[in-house]
Amino acid sequence: MPVKKIRVLIAKPGLDGHDRGAKVICRALRDAGMEVIYSGLRRTPEEIVQAAIQEDVDVIGLSILSGAHTVLFPKIIRLLKDHEAGDIVVLAGGIIPERDIPKMKKIGIAEIFLPGSSTQDIIRWIEDRIGRDKSRRKK
Amino acid sequence: MKKALETWKKEKYDRALKEHACGVQAFTTVSGRKIKELYTPQDISNLDHDRDLGFPGEYPYTRGVHPTMYRGRLWTMRQFSGFGAAEDTNNRYKYLLAQGQTGLSVAFHLPTLMGMDSDHPMARGEVGKCGVAIDSLADMEVLFNGIPLDKITTSMTINPPAAVLWAMYIAVAEKQGVSPKVISGTIQNDMLKEFIAQKTFIFPPRPSMKLIVDTFEFGAKEVPRWNTISISGYHIREAGATAIQELAFTLRDGIEYVAWALERGLDVDEFAPRLSFFFNAHNDFFEEVAKFRAARKIWAEVMRKRFKAKNPRSWWLRFHTQTSGVSLMSQQPYNNVVRVALQGLAAVLGGTQSLHTNSLDETYALPSEAAVTIALRTQQIIAHESGVVNAIDPLGGSYFVERLTEDMEREALAMIKKIDEMGGMVKAIELGFPQKEIGDSAYWYQKAVEQKEKIIVGVNAFAMEHEPISTLEIDESVARHQLARLRTIKKTRNAGSVRNGLRDLKRAAADEENLMPHLIRCVKAYATLGEIIDSLKEVYGEYQEPIWF
Repeated sequence: MPVKKIRVLIAKPGLDGHDRGAKVICRALRDAGMEVIYSGLRRTPEEIVQAAIQEDVDVIGLSILSGAHTVLFPKIIRLLKDHEAGDIVVLAGGIIPERDIPKMKKIGIAEIFLPGSSTQDIIRWIEDRIGRDKSRRKK
Repeated sequence: MKKALETWKKEKYDRALKEHACGVQAFTTVSGRKIKELYTPQDISNLDHDRDLGFPGEYPYTRGVHPTMYRGRLWTMRQFSGFGAAEDTNNRYKYLLAQGQTGLSVAFHLPTLMGMDSDHPMARGEVGKCGVAIDSLADMEVLFNGIPLDKITTSMTINPPAAVLWAMYIAVAEKQGVSPKVISGTIQNDMLKEFIAQKTFIFPPRPSMKLIVDTFEFGAKEVPRWNTISISGYHIREAGATAIQELAFTLRDGIEYVAWALERGLDVDEFAPRLSFFFNAHNDFFEEVAKFRAARKIWAEVMRKRFKAKNPRSWWLRFHTQTSGVSLMSQQPYNNVVRVALQGLAAVLGGTQSLHTNSLDETYALPSEAAVTIALRTQQIIAHESGVVNAIDPLGGSYFVERLTEDMEREALAMIKKIDEMGGMVKAIELGFPQKEIGDSAYWYQKAVEQKEKIIVGVNAFAMEHEPISTLEIDESVARHQLARLRTIKKTRNAGSVRNGLRDLKRAAADEENLMPHLIRCVKAYATLGEIIDSLKEVYGEYQEPIWF
């Protein structure tokens, strides 16, 4: 039975167009054998949640550098729960002040990777969190 | 010489290196350029002093655009700044001016950068966060309250709606009794690098270029001391480009703007003296200095030979520099002060006309007052204590720096030629060429860091825990304040003037008229930025970027 690949949506909420980090992560996850979908720029929480459900992803990686995470992250988490997709693991990266990290984790962001994070650490984190469950999942 | 050098290399250097191999094996720049162990007169045997360097203030300006450089006047210390509502930023400007800053540089919040009002649904969570919220002339009046626009020069980092914000600035100056003929400053207004790198776009490339040429044409006649564009490599570099890609794409963008303006029928010497540039100062010290020197030389030759400009001012590449944002690290953030000092020094040794030094806390948030003060003091220490301002182009004549300058010039010219052959930069962007080149470089660099081919202090070496630092916080009360002012403006302005202004603006856009006079009329009637941009979208449409990685 072939192992189903981990599916990840890398999404850019908010108005900033800084996509260097998002695209580097996309390539690194793809090179690590994951299926990667990139949202493109300036997606609303609704668009991100809809794409995640439609693409049946295991993980959403949110990249934001604008400071709007305090408003947009809680909205994305709430919409996921509303759509009974609360099991999708949500990660974030970008410019996030340290004092916001506990708040973001409390609302349900599983992990936050700040500038200087290694793509290998992110890959390992995802594989640890999803990998084992994944082999047990349907199909 | 050649023989002696070979002997030295074989018998002394190679042998000693075997005994003292220190672990740094690659000896490449941050851009992956190989650097030799030693540079000698042999490396500059092609260099002709008069042809390739000239004296400062003389063609081809390799050593600087002004004959006196910093002995005549220091660079402008211009910290990019903006947050919260206009009142907050106005206070920060007054503080910075009181601390010895010599020019202003406006950071707008993202909705303004995208041509949206603060009440737009996409603006939720963004108001005042990464810059100052400006919706209408009313905000702009507050922003410059008590700041004499005949004495202070202002740079505005604004791109798709640059013409609108410039119209607002002109209107504020007039209200202060200052004529557009007198005001001076810069609008970034560089859409090519937005499509290439920073990705703040509204209209498609072609109408975007049209609006930019409108500002060249209007500025040459009506606002003669204004730099109508800041052709920017900064964001190209931040997006992951190498030093050569930054240099080549930026200068090729410059060529594209000149070509489009000539197409409109403008005289090159009318607008070219007001073209300005903006580069990144990244970590690799000598590569950066060489990049700035090569840029001046290439531009002088392009303007004189390719575009037949006759006014020497058209040949000058005048530039602003900002230290590299991506080189700042969130780990052990006080180390960033040192990075910024080295980068700022490279900009000064490269002959910059103005400088922004980043603050140590910018991987977390907009700078706190304490952090921005250290950043400004860093410039002041370079200017007043280090002694590097005493002699003009002090690295000129260095075997190493001259050779690097020559190599970078040659490589950039080859890349420029490649883009010429694609049919120019707009075509190249439509093909995705510079975007893909930059994406590849960014990924290469990330891998080099992770494989420790590149060492970042405090990140992949010398790591340790650090105490959290306190950073600037902008809460949602700013948005409430801003939305209240926006509602008041919409209630108290003359709705008829706004309607008529916007109607005429749309007609003028459809007829391909110069839009500047219409924009000035609209902003004076307190039409909001969002209303103006929405009207233009009806004529120009919107750009959709292809999704790829």
